[in-house]
Amino acid sequence: MTQYSVNGRSYAAEPTPGQCLRTFLRDLDVFGVKKGCDAGDCGACTVHIDGKPFHSCLVPAFRAEGREVTTIEGLARSGEPHPMQAAFREAQAFQCGFCTAGMIMTAVTLSEAQKSDLPHALKGNLCRCTGYRSIHDALQGRCNIEADLPGRALGASLPNPFTDAIVTGSARYTMDVAVEALLHLKVLRSPHAHARIVSIERGAALAVPGVVAVYTWEDVPRRLFSSALHEDHLVDPDDIMLLDNVARFVGQRVAAVVAETEAAAEAGCRALRVDYEVRPAVFDPVAAVQPDAPVLHDRDQVTASSNIFCTLQGEIGDVAAGFAEADAVHEETYSTTRVQHVHLETHGSIAWRGEDARWHIRTSSQAPFAARQKLAYIMGIPPRDLHVFTERVGGGFGGKQELVSEDLVLFATMKLGRPVKWEWTREEEFIGATTRHQMTTRVKIGARRDGTLTGLDVEVFSNTGAYGGHGGETLAAAMASPIAAYRCANKKGIGHAVYTNMTPGGGFRGYGASQTTFAVECAIDALARQLGIDPFEMRRKNVVRPGDNIESIWKEPNDASFGSYGIGECLDIVERELRKGNGVAKPDGAAWAEGQGVALAMLECGPPTEHRSGSELRLLPDGTYHLACGSTEMGNGITTAHKQIAASVLGTRADDIAIINADTDRTPYDTGTFASTGVVVGGKAVHLAAQAMAEDILDFASRHSGVPIDQCRLDNDGVVCGNQRIPLTELHAEGAKLDHRFSVSRRAYLSPRTIAFNVQGVRLAVHRVTGEIRVLHSVHAADIGRPINPMQCRGQLDGAVAMGYGWALVETMVHDSRGRMVNPQLRNCRIPTFADTPRTEIFFADTTDRIGPLGAKSQGECGINPVAPAVSNALADATGVRFAHLPFTPDRLFEKLAAT
Amino acid sequence: MNLTTIAEVRRPTSLDEIQGWHDGCSWLAGGTWLFSEPQVSVNTLIDLDSLGWAPLAVCAGGLEIAATCRIVDLHAFEGPAAWRAVPLFRQCIESFLMSFKIWNAATIGGNVCMALPAGAMISLTAALEGVCTLWPREGVPRDVSVVDFVTGNHQNVLRTGELLRSIHLPASALSKRSAMRQVSLTRFGRSAALIIATAEDDGADFLLTVSAATPRPVQLRFAACPSAQELRDALDDRLPPDAYFDDVHGSASYKRHVTRYLAEQIRTELA
Repeated sequence: MTQYSVNGRSYAAEPTPGQCLRTFLRDLDVFGVKKGCDAGDCGACTVHIDGKPFHSCLVPAFRAEGREVTTIEGLARSGEPHPMQAAFREAQAFQCGFCTAGMIMTAVTLSEAQKSDLPHALKGNLCRCTGYRSIHDALQGRCNIEADLPGRALGASLPNPFTDAIVTGSARYTMDVAVEALLHLKVLRSPHAHARIVSIERGAALAVPGVVAVYTWEDVPRRLFSSALHEDHLVDPDDIMLLDNVARFVGQRVAAVVAETEAAAEAGCRALRVDYEVRPAVFDPVAAVQPDAPVLHDRDQVTASSNIFCTLQGEIGDVAAGFAEADAVHEETYSTTRVQHVHLETHGSIAWRGEDARWHIRTSSQAPFAARQKLAYIMGIPPRDLHVFTERVGGGFGGKQELVSEDLVLFATMKLGRPVKWEWTREEEFIGATTRHQMTTRVKIGARRDGTLTGLDVEVFSNTGAYGGHGGETLAAAMASPIAAYRCANKKGIGHAVYTNMTPGGGFRGYGASQTTFAVECAIDALARQLGIDPFEMRRKNVVRPGDNIESIWKEPNDASFGSYGIGECLDIVERELRKGNGVAKPDGAAWAEGQGVALAMLECGPPTEHRSGSELRLLPDGTYHLACGSTEMGNGITTAHKQIAASVLGTRADDIAIINADTDRTPYDTGTFASTGVVVGGKAVHLAAQAMAEDILDFASRHSGVPIDQCRLDNDGVVCGNQRIPLTELHAEGAKLDHRFSVSRRAYLSPRTIAFNVQGVRLAVHRVTGEIRVLHSVHAADIGRPINPMQCRGQLDGAVAMGYGWALVETMVHDSRGRMVNPQLRNCRIPTFADTPRTEIFFADTTDRIGPLGAKSQGECGINPVAPAVSNALADATGVRFAHLPFTPDRLFEKLAAT
Repeated sequence: MNLTTIAEVRRPTSLDEIQGWHDGCSWLAGGTWLFSEPQVSVNTLIDLDSLGWAPLAVCAGGLEIAATCRIVDLHAFEGPAAWRAVPLFRQCIESFLMSFKIWNAATIGGNVCMALPAGAMISLTAALEGVCTLWPREGVPRDVSVVDFVTGNHQNVLRTGELLRSIHLPASALSKRSAMRQVSLTRFGRSAALIIATAEDDGADFLLTVSAATPRPVQLRFAACPSAQELRDALDDRLPPDAYFDDVHGSASYKRHVTRYLAEQIRTELA
């Protein structure tokens, strides 16, 4: 054995010959070393070797011999956090926290010169959550948190309750556990976009030392399901199988190999001999609806004709008449791209059989309850035999509203009786997970001379890829709020979600609305320009307002209504701030053109379909509370918000509310944390439970003290009853004598839905020759009701806006003519780095909602939607050219720019 | 990532110890590319680090850069005052997509042997008229200029088992004036074009090196600083539209467009 020194401790160990330092350290249970890409691009695995920073995924493990390795766990000295850990805590420079260890390990090595040039210094550290603003704050020593005072939790910028674990590397993400007798699962993925599997020869794979089992379509239940997770599984088509004998996209799983080591499982996959009968493939949704297009799914099972999974259409008023009375009409086809979520923690699950003879699945999911139901259905077992839970999830953004890893590990562990783990690679995320739906959107819009809209006609082609999960719901979202945002008597729309042989579309922050918002907000701007009307005025004049019907292209009753209304204020703020400016001038030189743009987005807070959440609250003997809530914490800050909601109702400190979440054994049911529901459904359940608990305590205290209940009130860790103050500890003890348990449970449903708005303003410069775009001023105003935690709300908006810039300016998934992704690596498919991400000034409209809990509305999702159109509108302002197709990378702009 | 097919790592202290080269062998320098992708055809790594080559040596004739020299060492290099082109080292290094942390591991030789169009050490050493010394498995060492060493995207002149030992940058090139321009589709991203020119004080011996925009570095030499038209004509003559490299880091037409633009900027700067 060789001696290795890690964090001052000596280990006798022998890495395998090709092992990298990252996995070697994790094999020593040093789990603070994360895997974001395993290829040197993201920096999540950064460690120090003899004091110098390295991406440990690229370091051959044997090179650490005789040197001192320091990880995040070894950074603190004598129990005191390193000043950089303290700085990340004070600034709350993380959301999911998965990148934090690597970020801190990098930041502590920066020289003063590097600290003054963070765009360069942090180019090797990716964060998908924060938009880097809070990380910048940490490096500048800013404090973003406030004190946790009794009864003052609502509206306070309290720190994430898991802060210390995150900054010290002890927070346990999905893969951060050592499991005895663990088996590893890997899959062989289809190299063909469309092929029937004729045969799979598994002998050579089974002969690989360490391989335990090979599973193909012949071994698994022939049961169709959808990998999309919703409350109502019928909104998604049952069109996918655990393993199928038809591959419908490059990257679809074909066979699973389970082995003693990941290396053996991979070798087993390579040893499989698959005979494919390659079929014609179609990648474009318009081509896919032509009569001669290859058909993806059996018609009688899924769709009535050809590859159209669903069509939505409607009309209110008379659009033809509307255009006839218009003084100006704009018509243009816009398109948006598929992009990947790139949550830094990849998908992965570990399944095992417990001593309770039930199946347990530790996973990285936004919806463990929905996953449990689906797994029970697939495997044909009762849901009560399944326990699905998350511990800490490293980002989601919609990508984990999908059952893509849990099913195979459950199947394998049920077959083999041993624990099975499947950890995805970054490449698998790009080719085997889901993406945002690519949509092509034709918009025709007309207005009278004064700007009054007279007609709006929208046609959407959505590419749902090989499977239809989320295809109908994203299309419905695409046909809804972006059109409903404007008052116009004549509106019409038709949308098709179409199967093609592409990576399946899935849920992605903004969920279909992003795509139509891009098209409609560009079109409104173009029409305003045509009419010579200021773009802010154009929106003020036409945006939907209280008293209007909130309707897109249907006249059915709608459960969305204005619990508050702040769009006017948002428009005013953004206009004011852009006018005021930020002192950043455009770069010198005539080649740089400058322009500004604005766009808005409306959000109906929560999905139109059913969504529900439960919450349980207990008073504990020590006078603190325990809250159990099914929502998933994945960097969205929902645990902080839920604690604050409960604390504010109970008049105590957030810190006195312990919380457990996202665990089908230990928390009440929750549909899942997606569709902007964390606050308005999960938070509502917590609010109801806290109110019930307050009533229960006061009622008991009143009976106990003999003081009328109207003279009793909660006071931090006690109840004031008239002139006396009874500590909660005493009250709990008194209750125990009578078997009064101080425990409550409440459920919340989503109806009515309130409405939120976001407005993005951008001033930018574009280089007419190179096509480079520099964002000079970025302003965002959000009408999200009362912020439960302003620091967190700002962080969510920072992250959403940054993701919007990524979609608009950076991210490009490229596929070849056979449907293979050309660039499934983060160095080739870039997401925004620190340098790519403009700092955005964020403002809140001063609204308090009467529908959302404690005046709050949804805030984590919608901020992304107005960003890309605001950029396009600014480009049009700068150059006179309308760029209608994302992304706006320089090589896609330069030809048109050269003509300006 | 783990290279799960590796069965053996050899750590020779001299080249004599390396016997029995076979198809599954791969030299291991910094490992920053090797460990970034699965290498299923490799089963043996031969570690060059253990050979202990001095990273940088200044001699009368110029600078000798060992293949195993870390990027970070080249970044820190100051050099004699007469070598006016030394700032190019940092300019090129800072145009890497990779972060400064990778500089601690990645090597000059590794970057050159990778032969990526956007390999900034190829741009640098080609522009400074570098000459590679190659050690074959058998026989005598041979010298090949950097600009000829790289033959295409991911392609070089190395024969099976042959080793890049070092790159020599002549003092004459290091002493010239230089100018460099780089663009990428994202900020500090992988280069879509990285153009360098060197020239004497009076503009004589104007040497333009186009890289990243083309599959391999392309050099145009002018006895005197060319006019804008001469430069444009020479570029178009040497590099027709299909000579540019089309990839996810920039379309060929974009690379052509910016190459012309940046080359002219450089010409103006050095004129």
